[in-house]
Amino acid sequence: MSQKVLLNAKEVNIILHRLACQLIEKHNDFSSTVLIGLQPRGVFLADRLAQILREDYKVKNIELGHLDITFFRDDFRRSEKPLEANTTKINFIVEDKNIVFIDDVLYTGRSIRAALTAIQSFGRPNEIELLTLIDRRFSRHLPIQPDYRGRQVDVINNEKVKVNWKEHDSEDSVYLIEK
Amino acid sequence: MSELSVNHLLGIKYLNKKDIQLIFETADHFKEVINRPIKKVPSLRDITIANLFFENSTRTKLSFELAEKRLSADVINFSSAQSSVKKGETLIDTVNNILSMKVDMVVMRHPNPGAGVFLSKHVNASIVNAGDGAHEHPTQALLDSYSIREKLGGVGGKKVLIVGDILHSRVALSNIFALQLQGAEVMLCGPKTLIPKYVDKIGVKVETNLVKALNWCDVANMLRVQNERMDISYFPSTREYTQQYGVNRELLDSLDKEITIMHPGPINRGVEITSDVADSKQSIILDQVQNGVAVRMAVIYLLASKIKQ
Repeated sequence: MSQKVLLNAKEVNIILHRLACQLIEKHNDFSSTVLIGLQPRGVFLADRLAQILREDYKVKNIELGHLDITFFRDDFRRSEKPLEANTTKINFIVEDKNIVFIDDVLYTGRSIRAALTAIQSFGRPNEIELLTLIDRRFSRHLPIQPDYRGRQVDVINNEKVKVNWKEHDSEDSVYLIEK
Repeated sequence: MSELSVNHLLGIKYLNKKDIQLIFETADHFKEVINRPIKKVPSLRDITIANLFFENSTRTKLSFELAEKRLSADVINFSSAQSSVKKGETLIDTVNNILSMKVDMVVMRHPNPGAGVFLSKHVNASIVNAGDGAHEHPTQALLDSYSIREKLGGVGGKKVLIVGDILHSRVALSNIFALQLQGAEVMLCGPKTLIPKYVDKIGVKVETNLVKALNWCDVANMLRVQNERMDISYFPSTREYTQQYGVNRELLDSLDKEITIMHPGPINRGVEITSDVADSKQSIILDQVQNGVAVRMAVIYLLASKIKQ
């Protein structure tokens, strides 16, 4: 197993600030926007972006939620490993809101498909956008593309992209791991 | 982690502590789901479940059916009153006929103890025991423990009292197993005639004085007197039973602590419990019913994930 650094802490930080600015450009004061981090790994990115928007760009009233998609996945009873659920934390109504789904890596697009179904349980949003830190090119199984992307990478199938977060994995970094 | 050690839920005695923990953690997620504006998830859309009720039930049947529908499973219902069982068909034949219509899971209530275990050995489907005679009623015990965990923050170390007709109660036996597995202390209270012999051999305390028993416990689970299962008279009169073993407001106020009151239903108001107690803040009877759906969703979801395609 060999691994190669795709992004280091400094590069992750620059990209996060750029993504935050792109969100502000589109959503202004976030009065009708909600950020939804997808469980399990998208929530770290969502929390961090919300923190940057609040602290560095003084955006008030950021609404942030966590969405678990386990019960909406299309591989129940198909995968070898049992699917483990995580917490959903959405304490607001998404009716007529502009939602930004936030996930760390966009690969086949199936999680996003599940998230699109799952969010319907919380109302009918006005629009849904997708933000990902890493976009794995040429690997989609579904017609889903990000609206905001941190970095686009070409990765072959037996390689894995691993995003680490300071809060959870002791450093901010993105690795390309060969299995 | 995150897989049950069993392929069927036949009784609590076949589960281990980790299984119960997993069921509760999964139920937490489903409890959140059933409090959403849209209460349904598509997980089990390719699973068909047959509810076979060879004995009357309202709450359990509705609760299972709702749990199955919230998980998007296809559901068929069967009750023995309107079936060929009356024409002399055997249990295995009945179930195999239903399974040949491509059913993946069977939820069964049956008057004979061990019916679920018997079925699991002879048919090819996941079996959930929804009550077998006076033997076990595992999902009721799970939702009772889940409700205690929710109300008191945990089950381990708690003192739980079960009052009433223990002899005819499947809820009591499953509850004893479930509570002991999670490290709670269990005491039984009722007329001696309604407490099984040798029950102290499985590590439970027995007390015939209700006031002493209530002073000991943190939670009191009040059971109904199952007149329909009584072939002989076990106590002189209902009035006398109520005087000795019925819980009322005055009795609860005379205790030096506030205990939690539970009841698996159906309640005989004025017999084992008075209305002012059943409807008071101390009672978590309706929470038990709500938790029943979440716990049954968890059980069905976890068992379904073990059915191979």
